[in-house]
Amino acid sequence: MKKSSLKRIDEYEWEIPRTDDMNVPCRVFATEELIEEMDEKVREQLTNVACLPGIQTASLGMPDAHWGYGFPIGGVAAFDPDEEGIISMGGVGFDIACGVRTLKTGLTREEVEPKVRELVDSLFRTVPAGLGSTGEIKLKGYEIDEVLRGGAVWAVDRGYGIKEDLEYTEERGMMQGADPGNVSDHAKKREAKQVGTLGSGNHYLEVQYVCEVYDRVAAEVMGVEENDILVAIHCGSRGLGHQIGTDYLKNLGSAASRYGINLKDRELASAPIKSKEGQKYLTAMYAGINCALANRQVIGHMVRQVFDKVLPQATVEMIYDVSHNTCKVEEHLVNGKKKKLYVHRKGATRAFGPGRPEIPKKYAEIGQPVLIGGTMGTCSFIMVGTESGTERAFGSACHGAGRAMSRKKAKGIWRGDKLVKELEHNGILIRAHSYPGVAEEAPGAYKDVVKVVDAVHKADLARKVAMLKPLGCIKG
Amino acid sequence: MKDFETFEHKADMGIRGYGQTAEEAFENGAKALFSVMVDIGSVEGKERRDIDCSADDLETLFVEWLNSLLSVADSEGLVFSRFDVKIDGGNLTGWAMGEELKYEKHKPVVEVKAATYHMLKVEKTNDRFVAQCVVDV
Repeated sequence: MKKSSLKRIDEYEWEIPRTDDMNVPCRVFATEELIEEMDEKVREQLTNVACLPGIQTASLGMPDAHWGYGFPIGGVAAFDPDEEGIISMGGVGFDIACGVRTLKTGLTREEVEPKVRELVDSLFRTVPAGLGSTGEIKLKGYEIDEVLRGGAVWAVDRGYGIKEDLEYTEERGMMQGADPGNVSDHAKKREAKQVGTLGSGNHYLEVQYVCEVYDRVAAEVMGVEENDILVAIHCGSRGLGHQIGTDYLKNLGSAASRYGINLKDRELASAPIKSKEGQKYLTAMYAGINCALANRQVIGHMVRQVFDKVLPQATVEMIYDVSHNTCKVEEHLVNGKKKKLYVHRKGATRAFGPGRPEIPKKYAEIGQPVLIGGTMGTCSFIMVGTESGTERAFGSACHGAGRAMSRKKAKGIWRGDKLVKELEHNGILIRAHSYPGVAEEAPGAYKDVVKVVDAVHKADLARKVAMLKPLGCIKG
Repeated sequence: MKDFETFEHKADMGIRGYGQTAEEAFENGAKALFSVMVDIGSVEGKERRDIDCSADDLETLFVEWLNSLLSVADSEGLVFSRFDVKIDGGNLTGWAMGEELKYEKHKPVVEVKAATYHMLKVEKTNDRFVAQCVVDV
């Protein structure tokens, strides 16, 4: 984006001033360098969002913002139902509640390294991944509805994991208000064999070590220190979520014209929050959130089983599980007034500061853990939400690095098998179901996650706690 | 001249089918879609699935067709390589032939989440129809 066309608020915050069609201005949190790297489409898409009815304060862009469908990835917007606010499928995306679950193991790098190959191979064999992968759980019709209502709570009730896992999962593991009745049979059919599967594309399961701690107090509360081994699971709601997205892209698109909502982009597919169509999408999308929570819960259980076998001295415990493609009802202050808003985070992570009731008790004083995934060759981060971010960005932060080049271009530059060898040479074991898939996901095809996270930290949307580096990565 | 191709898109992938008729362009567009996911030259037509869908306009119908195929393929664990499409106004009736996905045989690359309205176009240029859109990977 041309910075000359933006108004600079301070070193890490920029404004796209309000014009006639816009109900609010846009705000982008980024360094000058990241602003210059951002595509012009981000401006267009943030501006389109600013034109939607009932939007509050500003249409927000995170430092990793890039082109998306409707909303940009890294786009955040909150809507007030009492001001004709809308809910938009384009503000959530096709991979509903895609997110990251990070587990600690109680083991150090020195303890794991002698067995890391066996560990990664066993994880690769145990956790289904890749195109069309199916899990061991086969669900009948009514059981699918139970998953859609119960999320991770359903999984724990059936023996996948322990009760303590739920305390450290967003929404305590179950999104209240999900209605499987608003989810199509096509969507449910796609879910029947996919619980506990990773999927493909940018999804992964990673064995990581803590390479640097920035915030000792927060790290201690989370129970991590340098050289600790963690496991991160990055995946979403699989085919069910994609189908809910597909179904409601169509439904909300026609609802928008019925309600006279002027959409600048068809992919913003929206309906008033208070409309029948809006509520149907909300409660179907909530079912998608539960599907993703159940999915990561079951995969987390498989990770435990693998550790029990390969490194039985491990104690695999949750740090946190947080989604980055959602719309949720939250209380926020707007011009000093407390309001119940529908906060869309598309490729953006909830990052609540200390004191919010949604945060587990253990983290009440440090803020909500924010889990930021990098690439298989670089690093990931644990951050915590801040009060400032809660006030200025509805409690939101970035979600990852964002692509720097197309999949097609990446495949032209890198070869999957060569890349796997190179990464192994650097001490990172990659196990993948598809070499071309690995090439598409080459670390060089992504932006630098360090710059993105630094911008989030300096803008005070969230605070850096620890940097994590991969030892092994499972890809679809 | 190619019947189908993929094209570059920053975050995802574009798919494009050509044909003498819109129907043929739809069929070839479906080939482009499955070529993003697998080596479609290796997919045999052992199973047939019928597809019916409808939309208000031809472009939306193309997205509906692709998303219907994705839905059937994903829920049944199939991949497709041959297609037939008949369009009557806003209604499409067609079929897809393929087989159960096998990793060794079909060399999968990546899953497609959905066909989108982005860069969506169905039009006739120089006596040839083209049907295209970007798919979310």
